[in-house]
Amino acid sequence: MLESKEIILSAKGLTKEFGFGSTKTLAVDHVDMDLYKGEVVSIVGESGSGKTTFAKMILALISITEGEIYFQGKKRDIRTNKKRQEYWRNIQAIFQDPFSSYNIFHKIDAVLLDCIRMRGGGKLPREKKVEMMSEACSFVNLKYEELTNKYPFELSGGQMQRLMIARIFLLKPKILLADEPTSMIDACSRATILDMLMDLRKEIGMTVIFITHDIGLAYYVSDKVFIMEHGKFVESGSADEVILTPRKPYTQRLISDVPKIYEEWDLSTVECST
Amino acid sequence: MKNTLQQVFHSGKFVVGFTIFTFILLMVIIFPLLVNTPPLGIISQGSTQGSFLPPGLYVNVYDSIATTPYTLNLDDAAAKRIASRLSPADRTAIKEWLVKAGIPENEIDTTDTDTLLDLWASNYDPGKEMSGMTFAKTRYYQRLDASLQGLLSTQGLTIAAAGTDTLQAAGSVAQSDYVNVTEVPNVRLLALGTDNFGRDVLPELVSATGTSLLIGLVAGVIATTIGLVLGLAAGYIGGVVDDIITFVNNLFIVIPSIVVLILISYSIGQEKRGPVTIAVVIGLFGWVWTAKAVRAQVISLRNRDHVNMSKLSGHPIAMIIFTDILPYIASYVIMAFILQISTAILSEASLSILGLGPKTSSTATLGLMMNWAMVYMAPSLGKWWAYMPVIVVIALVSFSLNLMNTGLDQVYNPALRE
Amino acid sequence: MSEVMLEVRDLTTKYITRYNEDIYAVDHVSLKVEEGKTLGIAGESGCGKSTLALSLMGYYFAPLHYTSGEIIINGRNITGMDPDVVRKSILGTEIAYIPQAAMNALNPTRKIIDFIEDVYQAHDEYKSKKEIYELACECCSILGLPETVLQKYPVELSGGMKQRTVIAVSVILFPKILIADEPSSALDVTSQKMVIKMLKDLMKDGFIKSMIFITHELPLLYNVTDDILVMYAGQIVEKATAKEAVFDPLHPYSKGLMGSIIVPEKGLREVKLTAIPGVPPNLKNPPPGCRFVPRCRYARAECAASVNLRNLEGGRSYRCILSERELRDAYRMEAEQNARK
Repeated sequence: MLESKEIILSAKGLTKEFGFGSTKTLAVDHVDMDLYKGEVVSIVGESGSGKTTFAKMILALISITEGEIYFQGKKRDIRTNKKRQEYWRNIQAIFQDPFSSYNIFHKIDAVLLDCIRMRGGGKLPREKKVEMMSEACSFVNLKYEELTNKYPFELSGGQMQRLMIARIFLLKPKILLADEPTSMIDACSRATILDMLMDLRKEIGMTVIFITHDIGLAYYVSDKVFIMEHGKFVESGSADEVILTPRKPYTQRLISDVPKIYEEWDLSTVECST
Repeated sequence: MKNTLQQVFHSGKFVVGFTIFTFILLMVIIFPLLVNTPPLGIISQGSTQGSFLPPGLYVNVYDSIATTPYTLNLDDAAAKRIASRLSPADRTAIKEWLVKAGIPENEIDTTDTDTLLDLWASNYDPGKEMSGMTFAKTRYYQRLDASLQGLLSTQGLTIAAAGTDTLQAAGSVAQSDYVNVTEVPNVRLLALGTDNFGRDVLPELVSATGTSLLIGLVAGVIATTIGLVLGLAAGYIGGVVDDIITFVNNLFIVIPSIVVLILISYSIGQEKRGPVTIAVVIGLFGWVWTAKAVRAQVISLRNRDHVNMSKLSGHPIAMIIFTDILPYIASYVIMAFILQISTAILSEASLSILGLGPKTSSTATLGLMMNWAMVYMAPSLGKWWAYMPVIVVIALVSFSLNLMNTGLDQVYNPALRE
Repeated sequence: MSEVMLEVRDLTTKYITRYNEDIYAVDHVSLKVEEGKTLGIAGESGCGKSTLALSLMGYYFAPLHYTSGEIIINGRNITGMDPDVVRKSILGTEIAYIPQAAMNALNPTRKIIDFIEDVYQAHDEYKSKKEIYELACECCSILGLPETVLQKYPVELSGGMKQRTVIAVSVILFPKILIADEPSSALDVTSQKMVIKMLKDLMKDGFIKSMIFITHELPLLYNVTDDILVMYAGQIVEKATAKEAVFDPLHPYSKGLMGSIIVPEKGLREVKLTAIPGVPPNLKNPPPGCRFVPRCRYARAECAASVNLRNLEGGRSYRCILSERELRDAYRMEAEQNARK
């Protein structure tokens, strides 16, 4: 077990409101979450549950309407650009669509060199940089020599996502937020991506938050699972608890709606409404 | 850089558009160096006879008579002369007379000049009474006969000089006298004829193209820059900045630009109105739609994954705007710039109609040329050279620029590169 | 012996690209669907399963072209039939096809009942509007759809409801076979369950006599189908019953595919997920032998020569030169190695 009892990230009463007056919507509704160092956690919800908005608030990509985030015990301070850059040295993300995560005008080399620069290695000699990039690429089963001078979109979806993981290898953040990292990848390549992420976590002692709608994925990778509905956490606990013995009706329905192969998949509980 | 250039010239469309545009530019620059005519110099006199001279090679009659003549005997010279002088109306009139005189109709062929004239010569009698003919018509036939007599003779034309009391014959020009055009001192090729003022259209066109391109370029640069900057600021920064800029944008859309252009043009006054001033004025009003569209695109771009990735990599805002947003909207912005050029040329034309364009005495612009042609009714008079070349040039300029833009697709979007 | 609803013999169809290259997306595929049975076709994106579904219609739109093979629907050989005849007498009445994201095919400016009227008209069935409405209402009530749906516009319906409506309209002429291509992929889990239930009820109630279900989601296939065909690079690489295909696959690709299933069940904890490195081959120049060779752990030199389907008893078959025993031994050894890690 890599977890320690140290809380690395804590959200208290996190809320996000969109719109004004009569069109006000509460995307995230006073959510509390404690993240322990080294854990793998999944936030599971259907589309519209607010999980992506929650993720973006943690990543400091959108502003928070109400609530606080504590990073390593201290209140998170991202008021100035410098402080924000400090924060982003510790938390990084992988997004769902590998194609749109890259700037199509930049070659692969530029992407990796940028990561080295961010870690303060901008002044290192060229050979050292190449060594670091080769190491990162081989960690994700890509050959660096084959990638130079190529654009990211020339690779397959799985390869692009692995390149994202290579990026994380170079950046070595303390927390990684993975937003649906495998939903646009072929089934055959999914296990590769997930295993690489778990290996990376062991290697650099990362804490990982998965955001997904696939409860099976959550069961496979995570220690803890949070079920989100309409901006609130309706159930949370260890993966085995929540998924094998769900208590709340929403969770039960969510799990029963997924086709099963080891047990009987009960189709009779379907309510046929609009 | 070299790689980009290679990519840019790889596309056929771009190369064609580039060739046409460079050709026009070179013409504008080199032509005045080779040809010395001042573009606005009036070369033909008079507003009726001197205007809208058709294109052609103009040989000075005075000098051609004074130049050494050569004798050539071309056997169809007489026929050509008669054929050019005898209009279809005249031929039909001759046929009518002959029919009335009793010649069976099927023997008369108006297209066979020789036989027709033979029949006429042998049958025409000025004193003969023809039924149903008006007095005017009779006189017409007499004049026609007289001119035909002149044509059929082989005598030369007499050139008379005024003497002390009477006209004296000073010399005659024979029908077989020819001069070599290159020896005539004053020969002028008016490739596109003259316009309504009597100005040579070709040099005027070249100069006008240059001026219009300048106006288009200046107006386009100003309008696109303002639109780009405001659109980026409004779209990316959002919040209050966005609200203010959108408000100003809507204000400019609502106010009819032509009214403001008129007011500003008028207040600048005739003297200070040069082409650059007009271009600036046009540019200051052309940015509205560019800003709106850029703002919309930036708003959709700023939530994309690669922008978020850039933020997470710690890039400063300026860098994000330059590397993550601008390249993605480059295609649109350059397209807008090209359209601005064409619109500016036409906006200037609208101003010129009202007399609020650049000073007409010092510069010509494509818009002005078109307007003079319209006002002086060139289309209905069939004087195509006064407006067709202008239209072709405007079309070519727009076409070549647009072709270049579409040819650059692969540069704008690396994912499309083969 | 139940009647054979659909039989396909050696069907080959190709795409002709704008550079005039031939891409054989469906390469000598044979299959049989019997009355009362559901056949599933599994495979990843690019394997040709959607093209296969399209090809079964006998109705080809450029750039898809028919090359060779036979399609026999309910005893009638429709290969080479005039497209108009096919459209009027086969499509909709004998065989119905629901393409991927079919709900997007609904015209947003017409009501659902207009759509149903079009279907009847296209098949030269002249019924009055009243008759059509009554038939539609009956159909809806049998299938569990509220009658109000008929008078609505597509934009007023949710995703799941639209998909179920499209399915209902496809079966309104009681076709013998229904081909459903990813009918539930674009939906959330709850709507997905409703669509699957509807399809199973269609079979149970006898609306349709047989079904072909195409998807990349293997747990769905396990629950819906009787037999599963696994496709790879345009060819069928394994045919087995659903249970055999998921729990006892023989072809190395099927093994890898089934090994990547993730379900929220306790059983998942006991298996190690497998991944298959590499990407499917480019079909512009398919290799002469087995197309899975570059990614196969058990590949040998002989695999590059041609490989045919091996038939086992019980109707099972797979395309590999290794015998059943060799494959099973190899898999067992690997499982033991993984357990030791």
